[in-house]
Amino acid sequence: MSLNLLLKVWRQRGPKDDGHFETYSPNDINEDMSFLEMLDVVNEELIAQGKEPIAFDHDCREGICGSCGVVINGVPHGLKTLTTTCQLHMRNFKTGDTITVEPWRSTSFPVIKDLVVDRSAFDAIIQAGGYISAPTGAAGDGNETLIPKSVADLAFEAAACIGCGACVAACPNGAAQLFTAAKLAHLNLLPQGQPERWSRTVAMVDTMEEYFGSCTNYAECEAACPKGISIDFIAKMNRDYLKAKFKDRRSTTKIDTSEAG
Amino acid sequence: MTLNSNIPEGPLEEKWTSHKFNTKLVAPQNRRKFEVIIVGTGLAGGAAAATLGEMGYNVKVFCFQDSPRRAHSIAAQGGINAAKNYKNDGDSVRRLFYDTIKGGDYRAREANVHRLAEISVQIIDQCVSQGVPFAREYGGTLANRSFGGAQVSRTFYARGQTGQQLLLGAYQALERQVDAGSVKMYARHEMLDLVTENGRAVGIITRDLVSGAIERHSAHAVVLATGGYGNVFYLSTNAKGSNVTAAWRAHKKGAYFANPCYTQIHPTCIPVSGDYQSKLTLMSESLRNDGRIWVPKDKNDKRSPNQIPEAERDYYLERIYPSFANLVPRDVASRAAKRMVDDGYGVGPLKNGVYLDFKTAIERLGRNVIEQRYGNLFDMYDNISGEDPYTQPMRIYPAVHYTMGGLWVDYNLMSNVPGLFVLGEANFSDHGANRLGASALMQGLADGYFVLPTTIAGELANHLNQPAASTQSAAFEEAEAGVREQVNRLLTNNGKRSVDSFHKELGHLCWNYCGMARNKSGLETAIKDIDALRQEFWSDVRVLGDGDSLNQSLEKAGRVADFIELGQLMCQDALHREESCGGHFREEHQTPDGEAQRDDDNYAYVAAWEYTGAGTAATLHKEDLVFENVHLAQRSYK
Repeated sequence: MSLNLLLKVWRQRGPKDDGHFETYSPNDINEDMSFLEMLDVVNEELIAQGKEPIAFDHDCREGICGSCGVVINGVPHGLKTLTTTCQLHMRNFKTGDTITVEPWRSTSFPVIKDLVVDRSAFDAIIQAGGYISAPTGAAGDGNETLIPKSVADLAFEAAACIGCGACVAACPNGAAQLFTAAKLAHLNLLPQGQPERWSRTVAMVDTMEEYFGSCTNYAECEAACPKGISIDFIAKMNRDYLKAKFKDRRSTTKIDTSEAG
Repeated sequence: MTLNSNIPEGPLEEKWTSHKFNTKLVAPQNRRKFEVIIVGTGLAGGAAAATLGEMGYNVKVFCFQDSPRRAHSIAAQGGINAAKNYKNDGDSVRRLFYDTIKGGDYRAREANVHRLAEISVQIIDQCVSQGVPFAREYGGTLANRSFGGAQVSRTFYARGQTGQQLLLGAYQALERQVDAGSVKMYARHEMLDLVTENGRAVGIITRDLVSGAIERHSAHAVVLATGGYGNVFYLSTNAKGSNVTAAWRAHKKGAYFANPCYTQIHPTCIPVSGDYQSKLTLMSESLRNDGRIWVPKDKNDKRSPNQIPEAERDYYLERIYPSFANLVPRDVASRAAKRMVDDGYGVGPLKNGVYLDFKTAIERLGRNVIEQRYGNLFDMYDNISGEDPYTQPMRIYPAVHYTMGGLWVDYNLMSNVPGLFVLGEANFSDHGANRLGASALMQGLADGYFVLPTTIAGELANHLNQPAASTQSAAFEEAEAGVREQVNRLLTNNGKRSVDSFHKELGHLCWNYCGMARNKSGLETAIKDIDALRQEFWSDVRVLGDGDSLNQSLEKAGRVADFIELGQLMCQDALHREESCGGHFREEHQTPDGEAQRDDDNYAYVAAWEYTGAGTAATLHKEDLVFENVHLAQRSYK
């Protein structure tokens, strides 16, 4: 099966330029192509016509690096759930479809060019505390601390976030709660993460609020997340944040011990 | 130039320990006097940057992606090996060493491999302490699974996303140092040249991919951790951005490129579906723990796989290699699949695959267990192929996955250019002619967390209280001018053909003549054709847009230009190596039953190539491989 499509793509020369939609009509698109392969085909045609190809971020093309991501017909990564743009295949469209393609829409993710945005605010949140301080060489044996399978599995599910930014793009407020909460849950659930749990939570949440909008529980983030990260983690983050703020910071050692494990 | 591998004296088991003691140190208060440049933020580069930053060095890190967390290590699926022997199944450092040497078809350095096996246990401890959520047993201990080429269960994993979790661990440690100010991060920057002064690496030239600015950076040492060159084949399991440019430009500045013909074709990838294909997707080797590989006995069998009865299926790996069966090493499994497809037994619409079937495993373990183990891989397969692997077998075929070759380094991971270190897949050092599954992550992290932080001190200590080179020197001037000239040339070439069209053509040549099977006349053809392609590229490539903003065609053009030159060297290396070993299979050299036939008398050496100019044959330098601890034997997995 091959498809004939009408494509409306956001083109923007640079961060300071005005953008606009341009229309392309790719024909004979094979349904086994990925969405990005379809854009490759369009780009080859543009180059042949002497026109600059559409810029878009992508790298692994297997749904794990988090580089790619565009808004397709109003939905980050398109309508198919649990799927990154690179893993969305054209068999999910039909011939004659009009497809609108835009970059992530968020003031926290300024457009660099066409569909490419700057997501460095995510790195800033991680820098604020999204780690466990574990200097190289200082570790004890891996089996020294037993971690119940259920805890390890839950931490893994939070850690599966690929940092693509679809959650922010989907949020009417441009909030980054799901991204931040996922990292906090990953680290705060594990025994190794307990010593820095409260300071980490406050630092990451405060940094998040410097860059991003506020969460008002639309839950659009969860629907858009290609990895199915649950908004339950946001509740956990809020709980940890409140605790960290209410407790006297000087007595955090005591709290840490009681909350561990 | 004679290549000195600097392998320490003494018994194998004591070399690394004594070397650590004998290597010069840089005292903590002196470390801040040193600048170190690291290019690449995958497992090797990310781990090295985080560790050197913690130690107190001033580190500058560069990656072409928008964030260090995107590096392609993130896509590694199956796991990471470590000789922990948590399963009490006879594993040991010695056995991991032996399996890796044998798996590499006796073309790796004993000393490096033994060090890797020793360090493997520390890596797991390190990653656990960082919060890497490895799979656990119900009792809370770390879980293991089996991988190809081993008869013990020593692979640690985090579902099918082990690389992601390990990389995020390194990335987080790196970002901690960014916050602390010891590491300065340059994302969306690409290294376009190495700067050398009096034969020593003193810095790099980069291009800011957003603003187009060409910049100079100097340091006391330059570390390349820029990954492999599998994208020379255009179609591979590598990320689209993975490239050889940093390594190749260093090669052009004098660093030798070792064993480029050792490329790994991974047996279990999703077959090509059409000519628009932009990349190939791996289905983790761990699937061979539970999946059974087969083709129909009748090559004209048109039935759907589920309708073909047991008796009419050929589980050919189980038949030919009963002791390792579906878990033979990658090169062996790949060639077996190729033989089946070449002989007409291929399955699928293009008859270009073999089946990987989970029916038996699902019956034995239940769908839930299979979903737990491989859920994300099954979903990915379904997304790409439109077929449900829970109810019908996957179709798989080998694809380019990893490159064992890379820049030549000594035991200290320093190239023949003093001050230039090379880590991870970008170097050639530990996997010989074939890498075992779950060993790439091990090597990347060993190099980054543990080897480089020790060995780089030995080099830096010689330069204590010397400032880093001035970026105003003639060497920097010249290197920057060269980069500017190439950028301008590409932008003003006004040719007719797109960059991708050249890349695809190069990929076809490499795959057809230097892929899973190679022969003399094919390689000679490839060398000639690639040379012609290079000339056509420079006369007819079309790169639109300008150099002062994000220009993805321009980025690709520079990378493809380097891939073309590398492709020619890869074929030259394959042509000169008149034997078969690991991933390098010369049709002229095979055993009567079609296995790789090594020639230890004449080819037990590392081929390190010196650049002599584009299109001219490179000069060969040999490092003899000395085996004192293992007996060289014909590999057998039967």
